[in-house]
Amino acid sequence: MKKQKSIPEPITNRFDLLSEEIVFIILDFLNDNPFDKKSLSLVCKSFYAIESRHRKSLKPLRSEHLTKVLNRYPYVSNIDLSLCPIITDTSLGVISSNCKQKLRSITFSRSKFFSHLGLSDLVMNCRNLIEIDLSNATELKDLAAATIAEAKNLEKLWLVRCKSITDIGIGCIAVGCKKLRLLNLKWCLGVGDLGVGLIAVKCKDIRSLDLSYLPITNKSLSQILELQYLEDLVVEGCFGIDDDSLAAIKPGCKSLETLDMSSCQNISHLGLSSLTNAARCLRQLILSYGSRVDLALVNSLQKLSKLQYIKLDGCQVTCSGLEAIGKWCISLTELSLSKCVGVTDEGLSSIVTKHKDLKKLDVTCCRKISHVSLARITNSCTSLVSLKMESCSLILAEAFVLIGQRCPLLEELDLTDNEIDDEGLKSISRCSRLSSLKLGICLNITDEGLIHIGMCCSKLKELDLYRSAGITDSSIMAIARGCSGLEMINIAYCTSITDRSLMTLSQCLKLNTLESRGCPLITSFGLAAIAVECKQLSKLDIKKCRNIGDGGMIPLAHFSQNLKQINVSYTSVTDVGLLSLASISCLQSMTVLHVEGLTPSGLAAALLACGGLTKVKLQAWFKSLLSQPLIEHLEARGCNFQWRDKIFQAELDPKCWKLQLADRE
Amino acid sequence: MDPEERLCADTWTNSSSCCESISGPPSNQSFIDFKQKWENSSFLDYGIRIEQQFPYFTQPLEAQNSLACNVNKQKQMSDSQESNKTQDWDPSATLNNLSFLEKKIHQLQDMVHLIVGRSGGQVTGRPDELLVQQQQLITADLTSIIVQLISTAGSLLPSVNHNTLCSESPISQLGQFGKFANQSAGMSGNVVLPQKNNVEIQSDLTGFLGSEQNCNVEDHEMKSEDDADEGENLPPGSYEILQLEKEEILAPHTHFCTICGKGFKRDANLRMHMRGHGDEYKTPAALAKPNKECNTSEPILIKRYSCPFIGCKRNKDHKKFQPLKTILCVKNHYKRTHCDKNYTCSRCNTKKFSVLADLKTHEKHCGRDKWLCSCGTTFSRKDKLFGHIALFQGHTPAIPLEECKRSAGPSDLGQCSEATNKIEQLEFNYKSDAALGQNVMDLDGSGGYPTGYFSPLGFDTSSIGGFQEFPRPPFEDSESSFSFLLSGSCDYPSKNGRYIGSNNLE
Repeated sequence: MKKQKSIPEPITNRFDLLSEEIVFIILDFLNDNPFDKKSLSLVCKSFYAIESRHRKSLKPLRSEHLTKVLNRYPYVSNIDLSLCPIITDTSLGVISSNCKQKLRSITFSRSKFFSHLGLSDLVMNCRNLIEIDLSNATELKDLAAATIAEAKNLEKLWLVRCKSITDIGIGCIAVGCKKLRLLNLKWCLGVGDLGVGLIAVKCKDIRSLDLSYLPITNKSLSQILELQYLEDLVVEGCFGIDDDSLAAIKPGCKSLETLDMSSCQNISHLGLSSLTNAARCLRQLILSYGSRVDLALVNSLQKLSKLQYIKLDGCQVTCSGLEAIGKWCISLTELSLSKCVGVTDEGLSSIVTKHKDLKKLDVTCCRKISHVSLARITNSCTSLVSLKMESCSLILAEAFVLIGQRCPLLEELDLTDNEIDDEGLKSISRCSRLSSLKLGICLNITDEGLIHIGMCCSKLKELDLYRSAGITDSSIMAIARGCSGLEMINIAYCTSITDRSLMTLSQCLKLNTLESRGCPLITSFGLAAIAVECKQLSKLDIKKCRNIGDGGMIPLAHFSQNLKQINVSYTSVTDVGLLSLASISCLQSMTVLHVEGLTPSGLAAALLACGGLTKVKLQAWFKSLLSQPLIEHLEARGCNFQWRDKIFQAELDPKCWKLQLADRE
Repeated sequence: MDPEERLCADTWTNSSSCCESISGPPSNQSFIDFKQKWENSSFLDYGIRIEQQFPYFTQPLEAQNSLACNVNKQKQMSDSQESNKTQDWDPSATLNNLSFLEKKIHQLQDMVHLIVGRSGGQVTGRPDELLVQQQQLITADLTSIIVQLISTAGSLLPSVNHNTLCSESPISQLGQFGKFANQSAGMSGNVVLPQKNNVEIQSDLTGFLGSEQNCNVEDHEMKSEDDADEGENLPPGSYEILQLEKEEILAPHTHFCTICGKGFKRDANLRMHMRGHGDEYKTPAALAKPNKECNTSEPILIKRYSCPFIGCKRNKDHKKFQPLKTILCVKNHYKRTHCDKNYTCSRCNTKKFSVLADLKTHEKHCGRDKWLCSCGTTFSRKDKLFGHIALFQGHTPAIPLEECKRSAGPSDLGQCSEATNKIEQLEFNYKSDAALGQNVMDLDGSGGYPTGYFSPLGFDTSSIGGFQEFPRPPFEDSESSFSFLLSGSCDYPSKNGRYIGSNNLE
């Protein structure tokens, strides 16, 4: 007996020697994988206790275990409930009675089934609440808003898509939460001028305000713009705002730095010029999908002496307008002309030759620009960090060499659907900082070019090779070896890719997203290798990988405990494989279309077993085969069904697919 | 005084202008008195003429041609009186009276001439005792002339009542009259009606022409003063101010007979009543709506009203007096501001009103669109509530009780149970309706067996389902929802007329 007692003591003591501070510091670094902290806490009792005291934020998977979890972690101050589809008033009661004054932030943005009573419980007990995210609580009414108003210390509040809340509720919040700094009312369609006006009157500390798609007019906007500290204002899609309202703005909203007026179609250059008179300190201006960008509009923005960022996505632009931007005295650092109609070589050239400090440029789908533009861009904007030029199909293959030659600082490059070839890739491999590279639908590239990328761009995190059919295993192996930090890869419809690629990709331990649709050569073995090694995997799309079956699912179920989203359509998975996925506790979304080996009862069992599902996409005919009470039960559990009636589609030849696309345009 | 702007005072204008032409050179006090007394007498003359609808428009010209001597004036008067002979009075007696008056006036005229001649040297000197005596003498004479003239004229008037009125008032007031007229000429508006103002107001109510028949000295006096005042948009004094007594304001009737004092709700009724007071009220002109004729013949005097409550802003003695436009305004104002609020809203049991119409207006909106503040104040409009909240610290919008109740239970279940409650209520209503219908049928004695009628009414769920399609009022308290159900159900049995009728009982 004595021996037994004396022997284990020194072993435990060894860990106990580490002070709490040191363990805390170790824990601070364990953020990448949630399981790391779990492992550490299992080392010994003291570590367990220290880890419990260390944890400040919690993202529980099931609301059922809230009591236990909160008992274990007494110092939690931030709770994220977005993985719990069901949060009842009882769960809120548990949270409020356990956390009391310690709770500072809580998120319900994906949860349902709670009412104002639970909120009232929470707000009354947790007096120090600073942040509440109640987005998507479409059921909540003014009464709930009135209870939130009791949280007097609230500084940040998200009410996105709370459609049932009206002016009255917002009025309560405005009066109650005087310390609000951030308020997001996007899509709160019941809120109008009166509620927003009261916010402007009562909440003087507001820094950030999102009023997108609200039926507000000039009246409340002028009140909002008088807020002393307002820095960030979003009025996207507010159709009630027009030139007249902007004309009424009193000069002196000095604090406003960011303004988003996307989709405000009733604002012309007249309104903008009065705006620029008032808000001289604007740094960022977003005018996407607005009125035509012509000379008058551009001239109206001339007075913004601090402007750095302008986004004109989806606007119709004229050449004179772009040239006028080129004549501005200021130097832009970010410009977005994505999907602008009317961007020509002349216009774009005049901008880039003047604004040489551009760091980010987006010319997505500016289909009229040619290699002339690219030459100008690369020539003058040598400090570019981000260049997005999807579908600039007029640019010749040879021109892409310039990117690598002249823009060595590039970190983000989108060349989707371009004519770039291996020479271009080889040149781009000089951009050693590259972290995101999109080469989707680049049919001219082969392994030769991509191997250079793999060898040189060691910082690559994101690689998109969607339908770049020239790619085979060798380049993927080069990437996997060279870019160990890879987090996301898309090899969809790269039909020659086999398990060898996946096996080497399994070396990229940070991989969290793998999309390998339509790779018929991939089998369960390859997937198993990924599952075993890549513990971070959270999104997996193996649609149309016909050779993946239950053999791939079982290791996945066993090892990939972080998997949230999976698409197993058109695979050879059967009941067994699907049912095994139930062991992944955080699985939320599942798409199961045209899986021939699946029976209704197997599906039912799998759905019942996966307790955390919030979204399931199924073949429509399953609806009649699954029992109605089962569906109701699952829906009550927070699962949202999407019934699809797609017909089975045979895979097309990639070249042919591109031709089809061209015909449609 | 601008004679041109005088309203309905042609004769008076004539007389006064002729008087002026006489009294122009000699600025003797007695003459002024004389003139004023003549003016007074001519009022009566005028009153008579209006009543007779006499075409006197040509006479001003005559009068101006035959300038300015008392005799002429007298003649004119007699002319006008003679032309009144359409009525059945004794012309010879009148003629005697007039000639007597003429002699009297001549005597008086001679006497005054004498005085003028004597005092010619000492016009500027202080009035000696003799002069004062003479003045008193002349005044006494004039008074007697006037009394006689009035009695002569009074015999022409239809009602005894009026006759006495006319003969009394000048005598009693004659002593002060000159002074009064002098003062009032300089006054700019606020007229204190000496007496009998109630009668005048009533006569005003009955209409302009109608009132002419009953006009007396005071009435004309007031008008003349109003004439003297400045023009339009109601600077003080540009209008005639009338003030009713409290009792009259609160009386249920607004139109009073000036002869017997009987009250009526409608002027038309009063005019019908007036027929009983004499044939002259039976003429189409007297029976017609008074206002129209008035408009065509002469511009109407603007009348404004004063509140009898001393200290009220609507009282004419108030510094910033704001007159009330109509009698109705007076009534409503007085009731709203100076009376108890006796009508209580049966819905909210809090709001009280003193004017029945206000209660009715309120009841239309009571309970609907109630915008509540945490302080308990209610608003009919949301923007008013938000304005209130923006203004006061700590006030916050209150959630209507309805919503609190609705979301009390777990959301889904709560709604379900509510729905079932509704259905139960609905069924109950159907039954009660059926019972009502049955009663009606029994009363009708149609003898038909009611169940046959009511079987298609549907206690079944399908009709209940259809029920949801009826427009729902946004606000429902227990009462209104009940009535809603009743009224909703009446659309169902379209083939059953009697049944529908029974629903009207609600």
